[in-house]
Amino acid sequence: MEDIVERFLAGNRRALARVISRIENETPEGREYLRQLYPHSGRAHTIGVTGSAGAGKSTLTGALAAEYRRHGKTVGIVAVDPSSPFTQGAILGDRIRMQDLALDEGVFVRSMAGRGALGGLAPSINDVVAAVDAFGFDYIIIETVGAGQDEVEIAGTAMTTVLVNNPGTGDDIQAMKAGILEIADVLVVNKADHPGADTLASQLQGLLNLSPKDMRRPPIVKTVSTRGEGMQELAAAIAEHREYLDEHGLLQQQREKNARHQVLSAARAILLQRIQAATPDEQLDGLVQRVASRDLDPHTAAEELANVVSG
Amino acid sequence: MTAPAQTKPRVLIAKPGLDGHDRGAKVVARALRDGGCEVIYTGIRQTPEMIAEAALQEDVDVVGLSILSGAHLELFPRVVEELKKRDLDDVLLFCGGIIPDEDTAELEKLGFKAIFRPGTDTRDIVKFVYDNASKS
Repeated sequence: MEDIVERFLAGNRRALARVISRIENETPEGREYLRQLYPHSGRAHTIGVTGSAGAGKSTLTGALAAEYRRHGKTVGIVAVDPSSPFTQGAILGDRIRMQDLALDEGVFVRSMAGRGALGGLAPSINDVVAAVDAFGFDYIIIETVGAGQDEVEIAGTAMTTVLVNNPGTGDDIQAMKAGILEIADVLVVNKADHPGADTLASQLQGLLNLSPKDMRRPPIVKTVSTRGEGMQELAAAIAEHREYLDEHGLLQQQREKNARHQVLSAARAILLQRIQAATPDEQLDGLVQRVASRDLDPHTAAEELANVVSG
Repeated sequence: MTAPAQTKPRVLIAKPGLDGHDRGAKVVARALRDGGCEVIYTGIRQTPEMIAEAALQEDVDVVGLSILSGAHLELFPRVVEELKKRDLDDVLLFCGGIIPDEDTAELEKLGFKAIFRPGTDTRDIVKFVYDNASKS
């Protein structure tokens, strides 16, 4: 076990790949690796890329990584695609859009299946990002599954959230709704060579102008990811957001918020495991039957289960 | 009774070389997905180095190569060599496509545990993967 962590810390890419699998599969070794590696994490600038399916997230992620590489920076990429709700299988196809980086030693791309997590990410995303971070990349780009209106988890995982929009995908009322637009630190109008790009950009600007005066208004960057256009501007907008976080002491605040969320959700998982371990199957089955036949409500049943560990 | 960790096979489906027809590769990827595997599909025109590097980064248990161009005896040995260079000799290998019967022995010698030709029932491919992929 020491061996793989040592190789990881010496920069062995296979060790990184293996450690990610162990963490992703929530094995005891994975927990132990994370315990040892966690103190090495926290140095990378983490960037979330989100937006609807087909918006160009993978292509933009690849193009942005190429921009960082031109400046000699190293990039870890974690790209999430959805799992089947029926078979748990998944097609992970984000690498297809990142071919130019395939043999670049300064880039590491890992695909992850969503495995049923809500919010556009994967259950172990924070732990996996911590491992990639501990490996020592300058930037980590986290690409969400195709997100609609409400997949906002990425804002808790990444320091800077980039929302990728496309022309021709709904009027300005769509953009006024609460949810994903609120978490964007940088707005991208991708496929800016398509008709309607300028209209979309001005609609977005119009909406931002309605935000309260003391709120930071995210910049709007036009890109054509397939040709790498707008990547310098995007990298500059991300850097500007990072400076903003640093200047206002927001990074520490965000880290603490994310840490709190992670600790509590891990505690929740441990408690659930303890409850399940302490509950005979017959007892659970009995409660389930009573709830299903409306003899008992779910909350009272849960209280009964929880008493096993608290009492 | 704890939540079982996911131990389903992680599979890379790759198309080495220059032929641009990936219908077969997609059918196999889809069948494995429906069989519960996590399938990484990297698209057409992959070099042996790209395939091996993807296998390494994605830490896959299985690599399936699809080829229709007839260049399998040129390209497959190089894929195997690139995998070995990266110490990935424990990965389960299979292949499919237009592969003449007389090439079977040579591919088996290279380490391919199965060759799936046109007409294969995709359920056989899924079964092969589950029977032979060792989750380390």
